[in-house]
Amino acid sequence: MAALVVFLPLVAAIIAGFFGRVIGDRGAQVVTCGALILSAIFGIVVFCDIMGQSGPQVQTLATWISAGGVDVAWSLRLDTLSGVMILVVTIVSAMVHVYSIGYMAHDPGIPRFMAYLSLFTFFMLALVTANDFLQMFFGWEGVGLASYLLIGFWYDRASADAAAIKAFVVNRIGDFGFALGIFSVFVIFGSLDFDTVFGKAPGATHEVMNFLGWQVPALTLACVLLFVGAMGKSAQLGLHTWLPDAMEGPTPVSALIHAATMVTAGVYMVARLSPMFEYAPMALAVVGVIGGTTAIFAASVGMAQNDIKRVIAYSTCSQLGYMFFAAGVSAYGAGMFHLFTHAFFKALLFLGAGSVIHAMSGEQDMRRMGALWKKIPITYVLMWIGSLSLAGIPPFAGFFSKDSILAAAWASETAVGRYSFCLGVFTAFLTAFYSWRLIIMTFHGPSRADHETEHHIHESPWVMLLPLFVLAAGAIAAGYFAEPYFVGEGRTEFWKAAILVLPYDDSIAHSAHNSLVIDYLPLIAGITGILLAYLCYMWRPGIPAAAAIHFRSLYLFLLNKWYFDELYDRLFVRSAFTLGDGLWKTGDGTLIDGLGPDGISAATRELAREASRLQTGYVYHYAFAMLIGVVALITWYLIPR
Amino acid sequence: MILSAIMFYLFAAVAVASGVMVVTARNPVHSVLFLILAFFNAAGLFVLMGAEFLAMILVVVYVGAVAVLFLFVVMMLDIDFAQLRSGAMRYLPAGLLVGIILFAELALVFGSWAIAPNVATLAAAPMPSGAAVSNTRALGDLLYTRYIFAFQASGMILLVAMIGAIVLTLRQRADTRRQSIAEQLSRSRSETIEIVKVPVGQGVSD
Amino acid sequence: MLTIGLAHYLTVAAILFTLGIFGIFLNRKNVIIIMMSIELMLLAVNINFVAFSVVLNDLVGQVFAMFVLTVAAAEAAIGLAILVVYFRNRGTIRVEDIRMMRG
Repeated sequence: MAALVVFLPLVAAIIAGFFGRVIGDRGAQVVTCGALILSAIFGIVVFCDIMGQSGPQVQTLATWISAGGVDVAWSLRLDTLSGVMILVVTIVSAMVHVYSIGYMAHDPGIPRFMAYLSLFTFFMLALVTANDFLQMFFGWEGVGLASYLLIGFWYDRASADAAAIKAFVVNRIGDFGFALGIFSVFVIFGSLDFDTVFGKAPGATHEVMNFLGWQVPALTLACVLLFVGAMGKSAQLGLHTWLPDAMEGPTPVSALIHAATMVTAGVYMVARLSPMFEYAPMALAVVGVIGGTTAIFAASVGMAQNDIKRVIAYSTCSQLGYMFFAAGVSAYGAGMFHLFTHAFFKALLFLGAGSVIHAMSGEQDMRRMGALWKKIPITYVLMWIGSLSLAGIPPFAGFFSKDSILAAAWASETAVGRYSFCLGVFTAFLTAFYSWRLIIMTFHGPSRADHETEHHIHESPWVMLLPLFVLAAGAIAAGYFAEPYFVGEGRTEFWKAAILVLPYDDSIAHSAHNSLVIDYLPLIAGITGILLAYLCYMWRPGIPAAAAIHFRSLYLFLLNKWYFDELYDRLFVRSAFTLGDGLWKTGDGTLIDGLGPDGISAATRELAREASRLQTGYVYHYAFAMLIGVVALITWYLIPR
Repeated sequence: MILSAIMFYLFAAVAVASGVMVVTARNPVHSVLFLILAFFNAAGLFVLMGAEFLAMILVVVYVGAVAVLFLFVVMMLDIDFAQLRSGAMRYLPAGLLVGIILFAELALVFGSWAIAPNVATLAAAPMPSGAAVSNTRALGDLLYTRYIFAFQASGMILLVAMIGAIVLTLRQRADTRRQSIAEQLSRSRSETIEIVKVPVGQGVSD
Repeated sequence: MLTIGLAHYLTVAAILFTLGIFGIFLNRKNVIIIMMSIELMLLAVNINFVAFSVVLNDLVGQVFAMFVLTVAAAEAAIGLAILVVYFRNRGTIRVEDIRMMRG
């Protein structure tokens, strides 16, 4: 059954990908959506099955590598963590597939799109059901590949191609860290199997490794390297530059990959490796700091963006920061909880934005929207639901998950925890602000669209709205119902051995002792943000413009994403290009070509030209040469040997 | 004894002098004549050494044939004397140097060589004494027996040279008429006579 | 000085040989001088042969000198034939003008 869940999307991808022309657009859509919906149903069954088990199950499918000390098999690990992820991935993916039928209806490459979506789902499922590092890496790389293919789906657009390459390259940098982490794990533990590694982890806390000449604690090093991979995949600060540009892809792609599933792979990885991370507190501190900083960074940039999808993208980046700093304070359950709820409401927001874009005939700039709430009311309501969930307003899902994270952060009583808490509360304020900025700019106010677009504004078809309803249901209810299991009293039975939290680290348990002020601070921050947004955009619309002029440099700093792209361009891209140019023109052109073919041919010509000067045509020159030769010969024989 | 020494020096001096004149004479006819003189004196040297046959052959072949041939060619080619006077000797220093080196090496060899003690037994064809057999006869004995192959080969060389010279210089002159006997003899009646019936009073038309 | 020995003949031959060599490349006048210089060199070689033959009491030297003579005659004939043909085509036998085989 579990194998079916994982492989049905792959089969659908192969059929739609290779036989897309044979079965046609409708056929491809039917095959992939059908497979995904089946996969989702089976996923629910598998999840219920896992709930009934007492511990993690491993289903071995086939042997992969058996060489030297490495013994890796294709296998499926079924425990609570992978069960939750299977649920999220299959349901959201199925909804996105159905949505894509409507959104991409006029696209010439439908079978290719559906095939890529299903392929991505397969890789993601392979990632979350991995029982060892290598299979996880396989899934990791695979989702990176699918992301590249999907971002650059409209490959005739140069910006899409560039964005796809950027995503892949930045991911690759993270993957390099991941790979180094895997190597370190193998060096420390001698095995890549999760159970083996987790079993040996407590004993490896005092091992040291040699890294670039320094002696570092081995476990911390491995965990930090693995986290670098997570940074790349989940767009944390430093390796985040690809996420906004990834919005070049179609909106369903953004919803599936860059909101709900692929970017959460990093969080999943940290949670999965909690038995390792728990014994490396330095690594957890790194995770926490980066997570918190990313949260506030992304939220601040999201405030100044004008593209509707970019705002949501930065929102995703920010919420991922939340999940990571939850992990950083050992509140893995809270992080997974937020992952769970975030998948629903972020996908809802993205697909809702897609609905808006669809209605506006492709317009994505919020400055050219407005006065839509009467024309597309369903989308409006759905966006409200998503935003309420995102801002953490009860009883919506986001409230439970976000609050549990912040409570745990405070309760951990570490410097990292407190730092993350303060940033997190401020970020909650910013989150609410930019979410309502988005809603008001998009739906309210006078219409700033041109006449032609305004004429065509229409509600999305049912095939696009139905998935939105399902996701909205999740965004509303998932929090309330899942809270006891993820972070509430039932959490130990829920997670069982999937997540390890050492008793002294258990910030979730400690958060029960938080004061009421701490508990309600995020909510207050959220409501304040909403009110400020209303103030700036609805009641006194002149304030943002005035602020932009008054705080011009700050505004530009935020608008230009803290100038990260420019920094990276100057530091890495330019030098890479210079190096490439140098190696190409000087190394290859001058040196190798010069010494090799071109040089030899030129030298041959030169030599021939010089040699031909001996042929003067005068006989007496030749005779002279002969004479010199004769004399030389005589001298040679005269020299006593 | 002293006579032979005087004769030797005389012949040698004249030979060398005429050799110099061959190279440096302005008039090519003079060069050829000096060459002839050099040959004569060399023949004299040969006679002094006791190889009288070779000396006579030198005179007959070299002077009588080769030098005369040179003379023919020099006179046949319409050489303009006026042009012949110019020409700087740019290569004189280098050539002089090389020549001196050569000469020095030759002198070195001459000064340091030694005749092997058992040379008498090494002689491939011991020379009979002049009293018993004349030089000519001794040469003939050797040439037609032991070196018959080389003899025939040199005959072939001469033949080839002759043919080559003729082939090179023969040219067909367009304005001379020649007979081709074979063509004349292979003539047939049909290509010689044509009988035409001509009515009376009318001429023959082509 | 008075007894003429091998060395004297060899010296004469050496001088004649060197003169021939000078004649080849020092002359700027015409090609016939070159051919005559070759004849001079061959003459010098012949003197060498005969001198050694007499000293070593070996007739082979003279036999070989005869062959040298033969070949020299043949070569002179051919050389002159070439010269004549060249003159017919080019109209000059100045050494400086003969440089058609320029590389």
